[in-house]
Amino acid sequence: MNRWRPRVLAALLPGALLGVLPSLACADELSLGDTAWILTSTALVLFMTIPGLALFYGGLVRSKNVLSVLMQCFAITCMVSILWVLYGYGLAFGDGGAMNAWIGGFDQAFLQGIGRETLKGSIPETVFSMFQMTFAIITPALIVGGFAERMKFSAMLWFSAVWLTVVYLPVCHWVWGGGWLYEMGLLDFAGGTVVHINAGVAALVAALVMGRRKGFQDTAMPPHNMTMTVAGAAMLWVGWFGFNAGSALAANGDAGMAMLVTHIGAASGALAWMFMEWTRHGKPSMLGVVTGMVAGLGTITPASGYVGPMGALIIGLTAGVVCYFSTAYIKRVLHVDDSLDVFPVHGVGGIIGTLMAGVFVSMLGGVGLAEDMTSGHQIAVQFTGVAATFAWCAIASWAILKVIDATIGLRVTSDQETEGLDTVLHDETGYNL
Amino acid sequence: MKLVTAIIKPFKLDDVRQALSDVGVKGITVTEVKGFGRQKGHTELYRGAEYVVDFLPKVKIEIAIPAESLERVIDVITRSASTGKIGDGKIFVTNIENAVRIRTGETGVDAL
Repeated sequence: MNRWRPRVLAALLPGALLGVLPSLACADELSLGDTAWILTSTALVLFMTIPGLALFYGGLVRSKNVLSVLMQCFAITCMVSILWVLYGYGLAFGDGGAMNAWIGGFDQAFLQGIGRETLKGSIPETVFSMFQMTFAIITPALIVGGFAERMKFSAMLWFSAVWLTVVYLPVCHWVWGGGWLYEMGLLDFAGGTVVHINAGVAALVAALVMGRRKGFQDTAMPPHNMTMTVAGAAMLWVGWFGFNAGSALAANGDAGMAMLVTHIGAASGALAWMFMEWTRHGKPSMLGVVTGMVAGLGTITPASGYVGPMGALIIGLTAGVVCYFSTAYIKRVLHVDDSLDVFPVHGVGGIIGTLMAGVFVSMLGGVGLAEDMTSGHQIAVQFTGVAATFAWCAIASWAILKVIDATIGLRVTSDQETEGLDTVLHDETGYNL
Repeated sequence: MKLVTAIIKPFKLDDVRQALSDVGVKGITVTEVKGFGRQKGHTELYRGAEYVVDFLPKVKIEIAIPAESLERVIDVITRSASTGKIGDGKIFVTNIENAVRIRTGETGVDAL
């Protein structure tokens, strides 16, 4: 994501116009290796949403709601894909002119001007756009976990579309599209802020605005199919190599190291959570292992291009422990029904990962700070990125939800919730055994 | 004719079925059920949320027998289904007013 930054950014240009910068390497020439890798990464990241996340979430809900989750993930995939090519890509990565600190523009609406020969760095711009599209898809799909089992399908579609436009596109532009956080030197390699804090905060806000599921904490609501969840989790791990290593936008050593540290993050996060459960509850659980894995992956994500293996180990272990306590805190102390724990895993993970990126960039095998950057200043920048994302996402998500609630309503009725969304919203059942 | 309904621990089903077969009981209907009596449930843990699961899986068997066989059948079921621990289950005996073999139309004890 940031090959050019350390040297070129420090002094030269008033506004970053990604892809137009003459890189010190050979950026304007098509690289077959880079293209092949990013084509592959795109497929891997799409695979993370469908079916990875779909199965992961699907198994965690009750059987009467399994299709509603799969449906949400699929529908978001389709809808975001279209919105991205209509206007999303340009607003996220285009040149916003005078407004470029905050948002891109409409020059690339309908992907005009992007043909078979158009390049973005060393890869075709079609590939870059597709790759980024898969990130725009998975972020609203993650939010599904916060309002699972009680949201109307129409409300979910409206929320996802508006949230993508008002929250995801701007934040993406700020961090990766040449906006103000990019200018400030925020280190977010693959989406600690853009994806994980965004999704986590939106899920938390949705859980608070919509309220708890009927019977929350009085009734047992165990996952209906742990085998499905584990299968989905494994797909997330594998797909994450595309998510993080693909964010190098090149088939090179940066990608290699990103893959390595991502893997360490997953493994150490899983082990940390596993041992937390083992010592505190007496037995390690399957759900704990996969949740710790996701926590580790989400936390390493912003740091994945900047840290070394040992830094990743510390990051992953920290993720497993901190997210473990956060989950218990949100559920049992605050009694918030963030149904699939999106905030404590992705939100908290994204926050600590973005902060730790600022720490471990300069130690234990990190790539080192940018020129003119001090460790203290970098950490301050990381804080700024976290806070800005958190604040904008929280406020905007709240507003969007309130407007939808006032117009078409967010939640299904109590009876509908009891009967189950699959039959009520989709006239289907997941299992006809 | 008597209908003997027994709720037993699932892993005891094979023992009971074999024991009944040994004393000449030719037919049996089995249903998977959930329930509890004095046996406490167990705790399951999902991401830090502990759930006490009250209902325990059990197996319900139903057999229709001539009244004369009742004592022997109860004795057989009791011995083969017992582990000595809480949760072994219960046996209920009800009267059957009539029984019919669908294929032949036989009624009464001939239908059993």
